[in-house]
Amino acid sequence: MPVAERTGPREPITGDIWDQRVANALAFLRRRITGEYEIDEFGFDPELSTQVIAPLLRPLYRHWFRVEVIGIENVPAAGSALVVANHSGTIALDAVMLALALYDEHPARRHLRLLGADLVFQLPVIGEYARKMGATLACMPDAERLLEAGEVVGVFPEGFKGIGKPFSERYRLQRFGRGGFVAAALRTGAPIIPVSIVGAEEIYPLIGNIRPLARLLGVPYFPVTPTFPWLGPLGLVPLPSKWLIEFGEPIYTLGDSELADDPMAVFDLADRVREIIQQNLYRLLRLRGGAFSHSSSSEDSN
Amino acid sequence: MSNVVLVTGASRYMGAAIAGRLASDERVGHVIGVDTTMPSDETTALLGRAEFIHADIRHPLIGRILAQTEPDTVVHMAVVASPARAGGRAAMKEVNVIGTMQLLAACQKTPSVSKLVVKSSVAAYGASSRDPALFTEETEPRAMPRGGYAKDIVEIEGYVRGFARRRPDVTVTVLRFAPFVGARANTTLTRYFSLPVVPTVFGRDPRVQFVHVDDALEVLHRSVLEHHPGVFNVAGPGVLSLSQAIRRAGRVPLPVPDVGLSVVAALARHSGLIDFSLDQIDFLVHGRVVDTTRLKEEFGYLPRRTVDAFDDFIRGHDLASVLSPENVKAVERTILEWIRHARR
Repeated sequence: MPVAERTGPREPITGDIWDQRVANALAFLRRRITGEYEIDEFGFDPELSTQVIAPLLRPLYRHWFRVEVIGIENVPAAGSALVVANHSGTIALDAVMLALALYDEHPARRHLRLLGADLVFQLPVIGEYARKMGATLACMPDAERLLEAGEVVGVFPEGFKGIGKPFSERYRLQRFGRGGFVAAALRTGAPIIPVSIVGAEEIYPLIGNIRPLARLLGVPYFPVTPTFPWLGPLGLVPLPSKWLIEFGEPIYTLGDSELADDPMAVFDLADRVREIIQQNLYRLLRLRGGAFSHSSSSEDSN
Repeated sequence: MSNVVLVTGASRYMGAAIAGRLASDERVGHVIGVDTTMPSDETTALLGRAEFIHADIRHPLIGRILAQTEPDTVVHMAVVASPARAGGRAAMKEVNVIGTMQLLAACQKTPSVSKLVVKSSVAAYGASSRDPALFTEETEPRAMPRGGYAKDIVEIEGYVRGFARRRPDVTVTVLRFAPFVGARANTTLTRYFSLPVVPTVFGRDPRVQFVHVDDALEVLHRSVLEHHPGVFNVAGPGVLSLSQAIRRAGRVPLPVPDVGLSVVAALARHSGLIDFSLDQIDFLVHGRVVDTTRLKEEFGYLPRRTVDAFDDFIRGHDLASVLSPENVKAVERTILEWIRHARR
């Protein structure tokens, strides 16, 4: 600490990193209290996301799941892209980890604009923070508006079928809805980037589903894991599996906008994307080895 | 170009303001304002050179006024948003729905009418968790909007569409306005932001959007003088989150659980503090943001941004409280100095 070097008490303090940090934190607080920050039309609050939420998630990302990212260069530094990923883990932690991976590992620090199910936006608190973190409702107008604005949009076409599947079906991709994401990419000419996420399947292994309770609460499933609901709130602690996220090679769609209205072409392309994600998942699984291993696979992946 | 303009709802702020504004424009021949109530001192001043006729648009007699005055343009501003000021919900619906029906019937029978401008609202879109982030003029509401005002708006627009079919020779402009704010505007929403502690819905922070009163008047004015058939969203570009707007107004948000808010709303209504309806609660949960591309392209005019309109409202109402930006900044400086001092 350079405290001892300082001479007069009235000297302006420069180069003192802690002073800078305190000043920045106070300025940040002041902006939040007086509302002097910007959000976009979708409700994305970049300041809150990068200054508060990302630092909270980073320990989970780095030390708990030890996420390793492969192929980040497949995401363009500017312009739109549609990131399509597998979905798993009972709770959609894979979505926030994917967003953090893109922001932290991409040289252009790109924000992932996730498309979520309407259930997400029905829920209090979760719906509020989903919007603040840049998510919006998975619907064609929003997807196209974001892609036309040159954003990186993230979708999980498996939806609740993906995160709510039993542990025994781990890493087996579920059906991809209507392939609306493909149509949105075709219409806007955005490249599709298939993403495979390994590790999220083991965080809350779903061994049961209490259907009557799910129906009562109006949710797609009520999870039973080895720790939940038996251990109460402790059961909410995710297991520390090792994660690998691979951004696959882009599939370019520029100039194919007329195919967006051709259901056959849309289904074909959706199937192709699904196949790539599945193949990459199998390869990543072999690369990773045990789900809770401490060994790093960085020699292979770099 | 316009010889005689008839403005309904001329005893209320917006109606009087647009009537007075048009009357002072030399391109407009004569402006007649009609309303069921006599204008107050404030609205009389706003009416300026416009002529005022005390008439009830809910009554078929409005047809006689149209036949006598032979307007070429009718500006329908008698669309009331809050039951308290209309004298209860039943009276409000009567003004909005029956009034619109009678007025349109009269317009249909008056051959001189060649243009109709209707003040509508973005409330037409409702508000739900299944809506896209931005409503365009084509977006169909996914759920029938709750609440009296929104239902009235949907009905009014239905009648206007019917009128447009029966009188295809008339240019019909429907303006869907975002909530008005401005230095002088006094609406349910501006009263809401003036509360010392502002109730919000727990776990929700909707995006809100406003339009400045002066910009709304400009768009109305252009609709009368220019030719812009169709439906247009009129709102300030950009959004504020509700909590952000409350903080900018120097107020403190008070999150109340969804169920509790209906009780709070009823109490507030009972005490006469503010009147809150169900569609406003939906608005506080899901927010409502519209796309203004069509307005920009067709009118060549874009209202000032939502944040600037809202800031003008804060300045005009002198809302600055202990939590004003200056005070917070002063506190920030004090704390920083104090920490620097302590670390020496």
